[in-house]
Amino acid sequence: MTRRHVFQVSLTLLVLLGLSAQPALAKPPQMHIMEGFLPPLWAALWFAVALPFWVIGIVQIQRLTREKPEARLLLGLAGAFAFVLSALKLPSVTGSCSHPTGTGLGAILFGPFISSVLGGIVLLFQALLLAHGGLTTLGANAVSMGIVGPIAGWLVWRGLRSRLNEGVVVFLAAALANLLTYVVTSGQLAVAHPDPAGGVAASFAKFGAIFALTQIPLAISEGLLTVLIFRALRQNAPAELRALGVQEA
Amino acid sequence: MKRTDWILVLLVVVLAAAPLFLARSAEFNGADAEAESAVTEIRPDYQPWFSPIFEPPSGEIESLIFAVQAAIGVGVLAYFFGYRHGLRQRQQQGDKDK
Repeated sequence: MTRRHVFQVSLTLLVLLGLSAQPALAKPPQMHIMEGFLPPLWAALWFAVALPFWVIGIVQIQRLTREKPEARLLLGLAGAFAFVLSALKLPSVTGSCSHPTGTGLGAILFGPFISSVLGGIVLLFQALLLAHGGLTTLGANAVSMGIVGPIAGWLVWRGLRSRLNEGVVVFLAAALANLLTYVVTSGQLAVAHPDPAGGVAASFAKFGAIFALTQIPLAISEGLLTVLIFRALRQNAPAELRALGVQEA
Repeated sequence: MKRTDWILVLLVVVLAAAPLFLARSAEFNGADAEAESAVTEIRPDYQPWFSPIFEPPSGEIESLIFAVQAAIGVGVLAYFFGYRHGLRQRQQQGDKDK
């Protein structure tokens, strides 16, 4: 059973890696706000929003590792999941590429604050080594991918898990976290770059059309992958899940 | 149970592969490269005020770094499930010995 799960997860990731390698040759695809593309004031504002989440998240991680050392491995796993998923640039039906975020799992297991730290680490790695996203836009990207997305996922998880099948709720939480990330990205670009004629709304429609539509199939993929890993966790790490309060329904 | 997992795997692969056949003529650029040109369209005078400190010198190097990122993540995932697998096996072994 266990071995089959490991095999299934690795196989899926391998196939996805193979697929993502092809379109990657065309042009560097990235999904966050590019370096320098937010005016300094907006960049600073988003940093100010993200900062308290990071601070609370780090405090929560410290408390977690002290009080529930058995959850440490799971924390690494949630971070690793986000790492893998945000490296997978997948083609979408709109003819452009984007990638999942992988933050839904962390939100379900640890809540939005710790997720904001995990998301921040992934974003920093990609900003420093891949010119993907950026240092000046790190705050804004952290708010969309690390904070708003996970908050949405966490709320869905909290609100629905006693009412619907667990797998369905995990799917919805992860897919929504992914989708909202890019809705927020569009909003952030729109308020910083309003259309001279139509204002913020016209800009939002423009950026939204680019990001959000591409993102719908990928949000579904992310939801499915998160369900897959969550089922594997239920099988293999029931004690850790219980320690985190992710009880069996 | 196991069948559900295989169906999930299959769905993800189909979702990822389908666009390559459905949108054959597409270039599959990054969505944010398109957002970049949308910014210049809305505000032709906008100049990015900061550029990346380090940019992968070529598409190949970029693929390398992306692969490293994925490999690090998969390594941790594999360690976790392998560790749990071993632990469970040892527990089962211990139950048998008793």
